[in-house]
Amino acid sequence: MTAEATNMRSSLYKTDARTKRRNAAEARFRVYGMMAVGFGVLALVVLLSTVLGSGFSAFRQTFVTLNVPLDAQVLDKQGNRNPAEMAKVTTIGYGNLLQAALVAELTEKGMHPEGMKAKDIGGLISKEAPAQLRNMVLANPDLIGQTVTFDAYANGRIDGYFKGRVTMESAALDSNVSPEQLQLADAMRANDMMAMKFNWGFIFGPDASELRPEAAGLGVAILGSAYMMLIVLVLSLPLGVAASIYLEEFAPKNRFTDLIEVNISNLAAVPSIVFGILGLAVFINFAGLPQSSPIVGGLVLTLMTLPTIIIATRAALKAVPPSIKDAALGIGASKMQTVFHHVLPLAMPGILTGTIIGLAQALGETAPLLLIGMVAFVRDYPAAPPEGFMDPAAALPVQVYNFTQRADPAFIERASGAIIVLMVFLLVMNLMAIILRRRFERRW
Amino acid sequence: MKTVKLTVSALAIIAASTSGALARDQIQSAGSSTVLPYATIVAEAFGENFDFPTPVVESGGSGAGRKKLCEGVGENTIDIANSSSRIKQSDIDTCAANGVTEIMEVRIGYDGIVFASDINGAEFAFTPADWYNALAAEVVKDGALVANANKTWADVNAALPAQDILAFIPGTKHGTREVFDTKVIEAGCEATGALELFVAAAGGDEKEGAKKCMNLRTDGVSVDIDGDYTETLSRIDANKNAIGVFGLSFYQNNTDKLRVATMDGIVPSTETIAKGEYPVSRPLYFYVKNAHLGVIPGLKEYIEFFVSDDMAGPNGPLAAYGLVSDPELAATQAMVAAETPMGPLK
Repeated sequence: MTAEATNMRSSLYKTDARTKRRNAAEARFRVYGMMAVGFGVLALVVLLSTVLGSGFSAFRQTFVTLNVPLDAQVLDKQGNRNPAEMAKVTTIGYGNLLQAALVAELTEKGMHPEGMKAKDIGGLISKEAPAQLRNMVLANPDLIGQTVTFDAYANGRIDGYFKGRVTMESAALDSNVSPEQLQLADAMRANDMMAMKFNWGFIFGPDASELRPEAAGLGVAILGSAYMMLIVLVLSLPLGVAASIYLEEFAPKNRFTDLIEVNISNLAAVPSIVFGILGLAVFINFAGLPQSSPIVGGLVLTLMTLPTIIIATRAALKAVPPSIKDAALGIGASKMQTVFHHVLPLAMPGILTGTIIGLAQALGETAPLLLIGMVAFVRDYPAAPPEGFMDPAAALPVQVYNFTQRADPAFIERASGAIIVLMVFLLVMNLMAIILRRRFERRW
Repeated sequence: MKTVKLTVSALAIIAASTSGALARDQIQSAGSSTVLPYATIVAEAFGENFDFPTPVVESGGSGAGRKKLCEGVGENTIDIANSSSRIKQSDIDTCAANGVTEIMEVRIGYDGIVFASDINGAEFAFTPADWYNALAAEVVKDGALVANANKTWADVNAALPAQDILAFIPGTKHGTREVFDTKVIEAGCEATGALELFVAAAGGDEKEGAKKCMNLRTDGVSVDIDGDYTETLSRIDANKNAIGVFGLSFYQNNTDKLRVATMDGIVPSTETIAKGEYPVSRPLYFYVKNAHLGVIPGLKEYIEFFVSDDMAGPNGPLAAYGLVSDPELAATQAMVAAETPMGPLK
């Protein structure tokens, strides 16, 4: 019995208690790992599904198709077709025109609901539509006298009805829309006067005030973010690469460079709002650069991105095998030739990855922009660079923040829609980083 | 080497454009988030109908806006500060020290502050005394000040539903809180007789007594909301028993989710506030730097447009959004046309 027991203990086919314990520990660890990953995936799925679920509807919008007679009596009394004179007719005049056109069309088709006021019928159309029509007419005065077919935004509440955000029950309680208006909207949709279409205005249009959430778009914010990224890229890449090459390859190793190294690592961990305070003090108050402008935003984000790029670049330079440097130096290349002809090209994939990740981080940054006046309502597109760098602009993450603060419920989907656009940009940048690394990476 | 040259020249271009002309051609304003929606509505309409660029409107709070206004004169400083409370003497002093001597005070209208709960909840009819007895740290009981032990609204006032007290009130950085404190809590303090006892306890010092009124309970029934009204709304959504403090315009945009409470028997609306019946309201202002008039293109046109009947009048878009039109708007229009700077604070 005892002999058998000893035999069994040493058998490779039978696991003893200690091996079992070790195997159990490993199994447990695997479960922990899977739980950790599962938790992360779950959080991601919840985040993405809420954002995508509430944000996709922002890309589609209800439009009212209208035949608008552009009456010369109303729009151009002098009859000179002079845009300066025609500009005297304000959006209020154009709004009345649109309202009358809609009422006329409904009466003609026999859809005019009995006893409904013209103002309530006009309420189906967005307040943005008069401005669009006015711009259209002022840009092309020859349209006056003709009847144009015009796609106007439907009011945000009507749009919300077709998206399921507004119901007949909530409309009965809502002071901004009535169930009768919703019934009319249903009838108009059945008659092809109203339709849901992809809304390019959400991506390219400017922001809008709270009276017309249906017209709010991301155009100015996307442009502002693009300008800032351009400035960050042009400034931080050369500065960061130059600094890291010097520190890594040329600088003597002494207390002073150690101090610089510690400082750079520290700067990378400084909260971004601190850079905003710096930007306000240095770029706006001291240098006198204009507020709310992409140049100040870009400079602040450059300061924020520099440490990230320097750290990534130094790591990439360090990863180049010393044998390559030694070989270059050995056949008589100067130190500079060694660095620029051999080390830098080999380190490039790592540098680019670091840069793109730094840029992606800067793209999503809001806090420093708060202090330099970029968290603002900006409706005019900035001009083309370089003058446009000085014009006021918003930024994508700022636009998300602005949308979430507004009272009208229609802005909730637009905030989520803006997050989707921001995430697409981030995804594209990170994919670029991965592709660059894959394509240019060398292994030794 | 080529890349180095390229980047150097790019840097040079940026530097050159930086030092170039900085003439600003759009109006810049900053300040109260309560005034922000009104300012954006006007800015949008202004940009559409005038040959000037659309003004830039920043939020950030009344105090921050006034501070920015007082930073000095010049194109790097803002032109207009939006404010949901009146400018303070300290602001005027800072302004004067920085060379901003002439400021124009423009009152655009009034804003109501409403108390609202979940649409499916019970009806409430409050008085300021109810709010004081619900939220104050010390209340009057049998002629003496005791620590507040009220648990439900029915404890406060038998006419109210027996629902746990839970109130979401604006945080101290909000201008709305100031109005809540003075028009509701202080009024309630006086109505319940607590003010008298506080003053007596402070040895007749009325200021000290009034200060004591503002001490709210810290046992979790009164929750400060430092975010905006959207946060209050989502907190109420999660906590159906709670009552929140909102601006009238926010409530009007969410009438399908919120049930509004009356105050002293009056339902808040633009009409009752304009008539002065609803007690909890406050004026909204913006402050203009007179030195910038005629320098920043369109500034005067914008101000005149803001206070015109088309915008701020009783039938204008601002009233449609929830602003209570100022009955003395004509006087404001005349003041703007004459560019009269404000006198010393009374």
